Amino acid sequence: MTTPASTPTLRPAQGDASDLAARFPGVVSPDTRPGFSGFTIPADKLVEVATIIRDELGYDLLSSVTGVDYLPENKMEVVYHAYKTTGGPALVFKVQVPRDNPVVASMTPIWKGAEFQEREAWDLLGIKFTGHPDLRRILMWEGFEGHPLRKDWKEAFYEEDAKPFKSRWPDGKHVLAEARNPFSDNLRFPSGFDPEKMTFADPEEALYRSLKKYTFEDADGIQADHIIVNLGPQHPSTHGVFRSAVILDGETVVSLKPVMGYLHRNHDKIGERNTFLQIIPYTDRLDYFCSMTNNHGYVLAVEKLMGIQVAERAEYIRVIMDEITRIQNHLIFFGMLLNDLGAMYTPALYAFEERELILDIFEAAAGSRMMCNYYRFGGVVRDVPAEALQKLRDLVFDRLPGKIDEMERLLTENDVLVSRLKGVGYLSAEDAINTSMTGPMLRASGVPYDIRRADPYSIYDRFDFKVACRPDGDLYARYMVRVDEVRESIKILQQALKQIPEGPTMSVKPQYQVRVPAGEAYGRIESPKGELGYYVISNGKPNPWRYHIRASSFINLTALEMMCKGEKIADFVAILGAIDIVLGELDR
Amino acid sequence: MENKESLNLPGYEIPDELKNVVSVTALDRLYNWGRRSSVWPLMFGLACCAIEMIAAQASRYDLARFGMEVMRPTPRQADLMIVAGTVTKKMLPAIVRLWNQMPEPKYVLAMGACASSGGPFKEGYNVVAGIDKFLPVDIYVPGCPPTPQALLNGLILLQKKIDQESIRKVRWYRKGPDSVEIPVPILGPDLIDPRRIPDIKAKAAELASTPAPATQS
Repeated sequence: MTTPASTPTLRPAQGDASDLAARFPGVVSPDTRPGFSGFTIPADKLVEVATIIRDELGYDLLSSVTGVDYLPENKMEVVYHAYKTTGGPALVFKVQVPRDNPVVASMTPIWKGAEFQEREAWDLLGIKFTGHPDLRRILMWEGFEGHPLRKDWKEAFYEEDAKPFKSRWPDGKHVLAEARNPFSDNLRFPSGFDPEKMTFADPEEALYRSLKKYTFEDADGIQADHIIVNLGPQHPSTHGVFRSAVILDGETVVSLKPVMGYLHRNHDKIGERNTFLQIIPYTDRLDYFCSMTNNHGYVLAVEKLMGIQVAERAEYIRVIMDEITRIQNHLIFFGMLLNDLGAMYTPALYAFEERELILDIFEAAAGSRMMCNYYRFGGVVRDVPAEALQKLRDLVFDRLPGKIDEMERLLTENDVLVSRLKGVGYLSAEDAINTSMTGPMLRASGVPYDIRRADPYSIYDRFDFKVACRPDGDLYARYMVRVDEVRESIKILQQALKQIPEGPTMSVKPQYQVRVPAGEAYGRIESPKGELGYYVISNGKPNPWRYHIRASSFINLTALEMMCKGEKIADFVAILGAIDIVLGELDR
Repeated sequence: MENKESLNLPGYEIPDELKNVVSVTALDRLYNWGRRSSVWPLMFGLACCAIEMIAAQASRYDLARFGMEVMRPTPRQADLMIVAGTVTKKMLPAIVRLWNQMPEPKYVLAMGACASSGGPFKEGYNVVAGIDKFLPVDIYVPGCPPTPQALLNGLILLQKKIDQESIRKVRWYRKGPDSVEIPVPILGPDLIDPRRIPDIKAKAAELASTPAPATQS
């Protein structure tokens, strides 16, 4: 990897987006397609313009990088969303390349946070990024046939381009997917494929090659190997099916690569087949602790496209549900982090006790404990029952403040916890911004960036709350930021519950088939784990043309190697735990 | 139906004062009673369902009532694999390996729609449409995700299944290999089940000879 000439620093915003076209006349042009915004940059000028965007315009946080396949125009587009950590709206810039040879310069020398997202665009769309330090597949395995998100790539159980499928509705003559496939299963082989003569590179080989060279010569001139340890995908402390290949020197981490995709459930591809409304229940299953906030990000994006307002009462219900979700997520975080530190299950039991009470409220409001499927375009699907609202009041005003005190008494000053967390896994503010960290991870490195404040959505501008921020950049700061956030969430909830007005919960008539005008929208919220963004492109049809999820669990892992280098292997588990990943969102 | 939860065989009167110390029972019943009360699950979660599995373990639902709270992180000590979540092609080789490493007697519980059939993600290109295509599933628990109560019901069903076994008939006490290993799938251009290699080869050759192939690269 080439290091950029100037290291990124925290610098004040010096210009705004409108300067960009004026600065590069004839090079950078505004995107004039109806419903689209931002700037189009020629592929050969991308690095030059992007450096200006970061260093002179002050857009230091590259939030989202994604590709779009425009099959009819025979083009591939890479879309970048950059933000200022001091707040404000996005600067969107795009690069268009021919579809048969999509090559784009990598952004990793400028924003390291692009690393995984570019690998994903390569994996799923086949866009090559020149200058990328490690361009391998990330979600699928090395050797997989084709790039699945290309519009002309059809999955094995392909039926039609868009739902509802004619076999289900209105005629209803459904044939099992297995019966339609030549291999009678979810399989798709090139014609004439012979498994016996198959030659392919071992997928693991590419991974191990990407790790730092692991043979070295010790002081006596003896060749020695470092040890490769694979943690996961089945490991009690990886929070699911996450895997890391770690190179150890004794007990010290020398090099590390996260391996993902063990729960890649193809949200993007299925989303393109679904109608806009059908996607909402799928968003529940992204970050399965926080289905409410997942819903929120997605409906925000589609509401932007549709240009509709949200009913007043529904806005309050949304804020209430988002914040109570944040509380239960952080409580579970404390439990799971302590599990990782060896305090097996006791703090988690405390956390689950409160979580059950919160899930009761979700169940009363949405009908399901975990997969709430509660938000709709223009509001929420139904009102919260009065008893549930009362339960919520009891919880927020009487029970939770005491419970978080209790949790803190148990943990915050605890000698074992302090000695395991203080000074471990350090990440500087510059690195955190450069690696596109968001959420508590970024705020624990001393950057007070919270989307609820920096770029307010919904009605967060009406509430009085502090942005939790700790300057230390270590694990203890990450723990404390979450403690502070729970307290702030309780504050928001108390205000919202006092102010919540009566009224309808939908601003528009509920519809199964919403009409979404052509265009693009990026809806992002401050989810408990960081910035959760949805990039949705509509072409006026009942199904989105592109549905991309910018998942904070995924992108927050960019800095994992940086934080773990030189730490002990036991601390790796704690560092991973403190990022607070959830696999459904990580692998999508 | 007779209650098999108690160790005592019906029809034998035991004086009240001896009830806590004396039991008249059959060998099968003793054997099953011991096993049904200590089914140790593998600490193994794939997706959303795993969270409900943890919730079932926590205080409100309390799996310990069934002797099942001891989650083992290693397959060598586990009796039950709760496949809790979506099985992906990338993960499948690891799951089959875990299953092969579990000693007999072992059971599989498919928790939720995904593990049972692929569920809402069935059409996904990286999703295996049900773990039963590879592992012998004993109990299916429907739901997305199943509530902890549903999981408990599934586990009670598993106990009932254990109650039906007889020490003279179970395969792990008979001659021959006590456990059947399932060949680990291979990740090629797509997932390859080694048991189906000739079949895949024939089908792919058939596709090559037909003018309009259903798959394309």
